[in-house]
Amino acid sequence: MRYIRPLSIEDAVGTLASSARTAAILAGGSDLLVRMKGGFVEPDLIVDIKAVPGLGDVQETAEGFRIGAAVPSAVLGENTALKKAWPGVVEAARLIGSKQVQGRCTIVGNLCNASPAADSVPAMVAAGAKAVIVGPSGRRTIPVETVPAGPGRTTLAKGEIIEAILLDKRPPHAGDAYLRFIPRTEMDIAVVSAGVNLTLDEKGAVKTARVALGAAAPTVLLVEEAAEVLVGSKLDEATLERLAKVCSGACRPIDDKRGTIEFRRKVAGVLARRAAVTAYQRAGGK
Amino acid sequence: MNFDPRYSTRNFTAVGTRPIRPDGIDKVTGRARYGADFNMAGQLVGRILRSPHAHAKIKKIDTSKAEKLPGVKAVITAADLPDHTNGDAAMYDILDNCMARKKALYDGHAVAAVAAIDARTARQALKLIEVDYEVLAHVTDVDEAMKHGAPLINDAVFTEGLEEKPVKPSNVTKRSQFGHGDVHAGFGHADFVVERSFRTEQTHQGYIEPHACVASANADGTADLWVCTQGHFVYRQHCAQLLGMDASKLRVTSSEIGGGFGGKTHVWAEPVALALSRKAGRPVKLVMTRDEVFRASGPTSATSIDVRIGARKDGTITAAEATLRYSCGPYAGSWAEVGAMTSFACYRLENVKTVGYEVLVNRPKTAAYRAPSAPMAAFAVESAIDELAKMVGMDPVDFRIKNAAQEGTRSSYGPVYGPIGIGPTLEAVKNHPHMKAPLGKNQGRGMACGFWFNFGGQTCTDLNIGMDGSVSLAVGTIDVGGSRASLSLIAAEELGIAYEHVKAVVADTSSLGYNDMTDGSRGTFSTSMATISAARNAIRTLRERAAQMWDISVDDVAWEHGHAVARGEKHGNLGKLSLKEIAAASGTTGGPIAGHSELVADGAGVSFATHICDIEVDPETGATRVLRYTVVQDAGKAVHPTYVEGQYQGGAAQGIGWALNEEYIYGKDGRLQNAGFLDYRIPVCSDLPMIDTQILEIPNPNHPYGVRGVGETSIVPPLAAIANALSNAAGVRMTHIPMSPPRVLAALEAAREG
Repeated sequence: MRYIRPLSIEDAVGTLASSARTAAILAGGSDLLVRMKGGFVEPDLIVDIKAVPGLGDVQETAEGFRIGAAVPSAVLGENTALKKAWPGVVEAARLIGSKQVQGRCTIVGNLCNASPAADSVPAMVAAGAKAVIVGPSGRRTIPVETVPAGPGRTTLAKGEIIEAILLDKRPPHAGDAYLRFIPRTEMDIAVVSAGVNLTLDEKGAVKTARVALGAAAPTVLLVEEAAEVLVGSKLDEATLERLAKVCSGACRPIDDKRGTIEFRRKVAGVLARRAAVTAYQRAGGK
Repeated sequence: MNFDPRYSTRNFTAVGTRPIRPDGIDKVTGRARYGADFNMAGQLVGRILRSPHAHAKIKKIDTSKAEKLPGVKAVITAADLPDHTNGDAAMYDILDNCMARKKALYDGHAVAAVAAIDARTARQALKLIEVDYEVLAHVTDVDEAMKHGAPLINDAVFTEGLEEKPVKPSNVTKRSQFGHGDVHAGFGHADFVVERSFRTEQTHQGYIEPHACVASANADGTADLWVCTQGHFVYRQHCAQLLGMDASKLRVTSSEIGGGFGGKTHVWAEPVALALSRKAGRPVKLVMTRDEVFRASGPTSATSIDVRIGARKDGTITAAEATLRYSCGPYAGSWAEVGAMTSFACYRLENVKTVGYEVLVNRPKTAAYRAPSAPMAAFAVESAIDELAKMVGMDPVDFRIKNAAQEGTRSSYGPVYGPIGIGPTLEAVKNHPHMKAPLGKNQGRGMACGFWFNFGGQTCTDLNIGMDGSVSLAVGTIDVGGSRASLSLIAAEELGIAYEHVKAVVADTSSLGYNDMTDGSRGTFSTSMATISAARNAIRTLRERAAQMWDISVDDVAWEHGHAVARGEKHGNLGKLSLKEIAAASGTTGGPIAGHSELVADGAGVSFATHICDIEVDPETGATRVLRYTVVQDAGKAVHPTYVEGQYQGGAAQGIGWALNEEYIYGKDGRLQNAGFLDYRIPVCSDLPMIDTQILEIPNPNHPYGVRGVGETSIVPPLAAIANALSNAAGVRMTHIPMSPPRVLAALEAAREG
């Protein structure tokens, strides 16, 4: 096994692209090292991207935020401006693993691990986050929801690295929230989860909405019908009931060791509803 | 040596105080050496190849490719562990469990092992071993395994304990029955009858430290084993027998232990490590991964239990009956038998009958887990008792008090009780402020009782007094919960010296006579008895030496508060001699001063506990959160109250995990789906409230200080206490453990749909 620590993104891309054997990208390592220790993967090449300049930074730009691929979740939690603008994304990132894992794990890693249960992904999808991808043929920017292709698989081509996640600048009266269900209180993996992102008009009615569900299908679901239910409403009881129903209906869950189809369906609706209420309050709605 | 174990009242000086444990600083600073912390020069890495099939005939194992891999020093299969068990069926099962001989009987069953120069080579070597399996039909469910036509795990099993020997083999190895009176007549007198069926899923002890050992077989036929265990003498016995060597030639040294809870009373990988070392001629270190710990060590039984209890309008129970089916894994056990014995042990019953069935399934060999078999039986019985109290219209505590066993009660499993703690724990619960605390929306309170036998057994202890007057205590029972501190307190108490001048260690198997393992809550009970006996023997020698120093008769020398005191008119002017002074002179008065003791500690007093818990249910998700929890238990005498409380809290925490989330989940393929702490959910800190404790002290008449074992009983009541609380919070009676959110939500939905 070979370990390299490139000092530029071009080097990293070049090394990955020219590698003939199995290669893995190492940022926080909280998925990769566990998988290696468990004997599930034995990469021949590990490319550690933590030394690439800029990948460890959170930048506030005119367009919003740019979160480098090697920024640990704990650092996101310490960024006041980011937390104020995107509390749902940050709270989702801060649910990954445990306190110790938080110091290492990254939302890009969470995205590329391509688990349908990844905590930060539904929140990013609801937030309309974009991924900046660098590859042998240059840079491209795509919506986060187009990165996972299925459990453990992404749409990234050989040699491609996600360099950063982009989050838009927030208009007034905007809020997001993320909730997951776990049988414990921490150090667990979502049985089902929901992220909701809302903007309100001057009167407090929902202007735009994005609703995403995790662990409800092979990839994170962006439920457009749920957004349509919310737009124009002030989250009255009937709207919330419909939201829950639409979300439960949109699920394509499985029975597994973590939960049943019925449980995931039902709780997806409950969580979407609860997350919507929180997002609405954060947006200043009453 | 004429040791009188009977209880007598006394005023304690050291016993009952809470000094820091001798192993504490090493543990909090990370210096303590656990199983995997031992290393030897030239040691190899051992790894085990395990069956991916739940049930398969092993047709052929080809190890030739693995043997040729550079760096591989030994490859073994069952052929390298020839059968020395000489007709001992239980030992043969242990041998077969350590390394499958003809069939792989569960997912994770060891089939071969390698020793290599490093972990990577060992892993590669495992991949090169070719096993030709013939996959057989399997069964993992306890009820399914009992059905006619279920896949047979062992066609030589004919159910024992039936009136007529069955003509066909089955997966039921044994039927056992307990009770007295006439239950049929008893139910005839009942105004109310509760009848329910319950299920509990299989749980693992969940010790944080995996099994780990270093084995070193020497060229002269002797061997050493450093290992994490609850009983190094038992490990020596078993390993020596399985490897065909004299026990005295195998020296076993125990490490600190990161949890055992019964799971480290059985050998798993140790005989394999010794066989590898013997073949390779080098030391072999073998550390199980977490996946292996779950798939191939532990766990407890999965159960299916039917309960029927009847009572009169006045709340008197007239009859109680239970049928208990416990999974044993693929080898015979007595797990249902123990469950059947404990089921109704808390109650005074005229008519009681319990029947247990031991059931073979394609799961790992069932191992002891803290009060083994009792929590499941108590879940069923205490749930039904709660429901019956409601039907009668009595408060559940009052109903239990009315029917509680007392001194003189003939227990449901046979013996007549001496002084016991069930009534007092119930009275204490009735008067506890917890019972009167207000509850909020979606919250409920439940309570339940628990029983455990406790055990005494064989113990051998040495107490050596140094020339400076300090005391070394060498014990042969593993310290799993602070017993070195407790035993030091006992030695200090008997000798009349300060705790700080006693140092207790766990000696290796070549330094002491045989000791039973730390199980059955026997560690402090039995070893404190042996320590008292050893100290008294040392005191006799101290008195003799003082008599010699004074040149008077030993009959005129008494031992008081750490000093020899001369008695009688003519010696009245002699100043007393301290232990330190006598020790300092020992070189000229006859040499070192020591006390030795070997005994069988009989009369371990039975133990009872009553628990109270408050929970809150999320009606939309079925999530249950424990808000408040109180343990009331009889300790006989709490030697070190902090560690007694620790046992109460630890047992309750494990019971809460069992009640709410822990379970072995098998796929249709018979493979374990959740062999790790992510999906086998033991509680994390934030899942639990601070667990409150109340220690009752009802002296055990069979121990000089009144001590009873305290380690196990506290895991018995939580399953039912939480189920009863849930019933009060949400109006649903949960009959399937764990009460995981999907199960609770389904029950809530069913109740809402009416």
